[in-house]
Amino acid sequence: MSNTFLGMPTLPVFGRGNLNATEPFPQAAHRELGNAQLRANLGHATHTIRDKRLKVVAELPDWEDMRDAGSAIKNATMAQLPALLEQFEANFTARGGTIHWARDAQEANEIATALIRETGETEVVKVKSMATQEIGLNEYLEGQGISALETDLAELIVQLDHDKPSHILVPAIHKNRSQIREIFLREMEDVDPALGNEPARLAETARRHLRKKFLSAKVAVSGANFGLADTGTLAVVESEGNGRMCLTLPETLITVMGIEKLLPSWSDLEVFMQLLPRSSTGERMNPYTSLWTGTTPGDGPQNVHLVLLDNGRTAALADEMGRTALNCIRCSACMNVCPVYERTGGHAYGSTYPGPIGAILSPLMTGIKSEENNSLPYASSLCGACFDACPVKINIPEILVHLRGEDVDSKRAKAKVPTQTDLLMKGAEWAFSAGSRLNLLEKGLPAGRLAAGRAKVIKKLPGIGGKWTQSRDIPAPPSQSFRQWWAKEHGAPNAAAPGTTGEGTISEGGRP
Amino acid sequence: MRIALFATCIVDAMYPRTARATVSILERLGHEVVFPPGQACCGQMHVNSGYFAEALPVVANHVKAFDTDDYDVAVAPSGSCVASVKHQHQLVARRCGDGALEARAAVVGARTYELSQLLTDVLGVTDAAGQLGSHFPHKVTYHPSCHGMRLLHLGDRQLNLLATVGGIELVELPEADACCGFGGTFSLKNADVSSAMMEDKAANICGTGAELCTGGDASCLMHIGGGLSRQGSEVGTLHFAEILASTLENPVTAAGNVQLAGARR
Ligand code: SF4
Repeated sequence: MSNTFLGMPTLPVFGRGNLNATEPFPQAAHRELGNAQLRANLGHATHTIRDKRLKVVAELPDWEDMRDAGSAIKNATMAQLPALLEQFEANFTARGGTIHWARDAQEANEIATALIRETGETEVVKVKSMATQEIGLNEYLEGQGISALETDLAELIVQLDHDKPSHILVPAIHKNRSQIREIFLREMEDVDPALGNEPARLAETARRHLRKKFLSAKVAVSGANFGLADTGTLAVVESEGNGRMCLTLPETLITVMGIEKLLPSWSDLEVFMQLLPRSSTGERMNPYTSLWTGTTPGDGPQNVHLVLLDNGRTAALADEMGRTALNCIRCSACMNVCPVYERTGGHAYGSTYPGPIGAILSPLMTGIKSEENNSLPYASSLCGACFDACPVKINIPEILVHLRGEDVDSKRAKAKVPTQTDLLMKGAEWAFSAGSRLNLLEKGLPAGRLAAGRAKVIKKLPGIGGKWTQSRDIPAPPSQSFRQWWAKEHGAPNAAAPGTTGEGTISEGGRP
Repeated sequence: MRIALFATCIVDAMYPRTARATVSILERLGHEVVFPPGQACCGQMHVNSGYFAEALPVVANHVKAFDTDDYDVAVAPSGSCVASVKHQHQLVARRCGDGALEARAAVVGARTYELSQLLTDVLGVTDAAGQLGSHFPHKVTYHPSCHGMRLLHLGDRQLNLLATVGGIELVELPEADACCGFGGTFSLKNADVSSAMMEDKAANICGTGAELCTGGDASCLMHIGGGLSRQGSEVGTLHFAEILASTLENPVTAAGNVQLAGARR
């Protein structure tokens, strides 16, 4: 399939907004690794969620079939996305809603601002939403004199602390109870100075703070987990009930949703309502699921809008190897099981989307050359834990490797001087593309053995190898390679006998 | 059976003992081992670093070396390299537009087994002590490497073989399925995160009180063992093929040629 299969402009429109790593991942990771509090909180939180997820997933005998179904439905959605979007628009509009199309972050922000202005309000309540974070809506509105109040507890904590979320589902995963208590005391009005750090007391404090806002708000802004094309219905899945308040109490409801959030039909929801809660919070069922289809006279918001956001999604869709990244339902299972995320936290990824999915989605949406996003696909040991956990079976490791290829090719096209890695790869290509060449190279093993000295261990390597020896020794190489030993034993073709001794036992040589 | 050994580049150059142990096990079972001399490397380092153009000749070389009728099945003492041969080679050929190579790579991949896979699924080894004479009277813990576990779905094959070795005391490794942090060039490009992962793995290993940690991938074991050595730990790492190859008569022991305490001394 070519880049133009959607009938879109030949050049894909890349995403803008909060989708970029602003410094190279290794550098950001280095800093975050030094934050002992962060590592302790993250380690604890990710392990707890991991165990919960494993437990509830193991309860379903057809879990793997369900993953297959989720993946198949999403693949089918992406294959007919333009038609489904039009179907959704027709149904949503027929039921009294209004659709707005936004090519990128800027357009979406402008549309939302204009809609809020029309109501004359300067304060809006918000339901936790990745899409509005991606476009930086809160900051944009602030610049326009409109304040947006996050009502999800963790989002509220992060917002009060003027911080950034570090996890898509548990935005304040990097903060512990005592830190939260301090933030409340510092940033909220009318907080009892004797407030302790018991979870129930902290939640109560937030509830009091929010309730006043819910009751007075005229405008709410939300995201959406799913859009059902055959009915024109939107769905928000949440745990705290703040979403239900925002979606039902105000007069005006403005939803921002990525175009990939569609499902073809109402009946598809069944699969995802099983996949999502078990994968994300490790619950059998989430506490609140809100569904709305246009407007209902005398019930709920009467002024209902949906901003359909591209912001790089068609660019991702045009990438044949990478497009399944759009199947993501933002459950966060991949980051909870990721050994890299567990140690660096979400901020190291820069983008709104952290962890394994962020490492592929951000560069797919912005293009590999945007800011430091080309460092993200390398932020993985390719251990594959994310692929195993993903409820819609996105092969994240394979896409990471694909994007590394895109990065290498893009740099190859412009670099004049090869990097150390380029040279290493070129040398290895030569050595590894014929047994005889590797054999030739292996004749240098005794020299390496000599260099290791009496201690039989190498503690410092030059150049890029120094990255290895910063924490790991290398054993002394053996005095001969396996193929040299074999050739002597069996007189095989490349038996060019090296001038080394070969003891006849398996004990010769280095050990791992 | 005529079995072609794919030594893998790291074992060939750095850990020839692991390949010799593999040969020894297979010969003990009465099979003939051949070594296709053209072999070099599976190309995984190139692929996983995004150097597809450079990977192509490496993949082509491997396919050429193993695309013969001279053997029945191929085996490698590495989950990672076998996963590359089985899954990545076709991908590389396809991406580089070489349909003929893709088809041949599929044939070679289908005939290639990881060592525990071959021993368990094809050669029917269920009792290492009884069938191989394996004897290794040491306290050992085991790290399952990611690619064997998640790409080849080896399950407990390596562990089950180890459990039937005579004299062995196997102790469970906490958080065994967590990646050790090697990840090929990840260990260089993201050295800090890689080291942090290794340190947690090393701490878990040391916590078991085992004399050494075994596993099925020399590369991960080099990374973990290198970290343990740097930390001054007495705990070493050893490929499971060498434990299976160890016998009462010809033991791999702490006092013998193999130093269990690591590469220091
Ligand atoms: S990539 Fe998969 S596991 Fe990760 S957040 Fe998306 S759906 Fe969940």
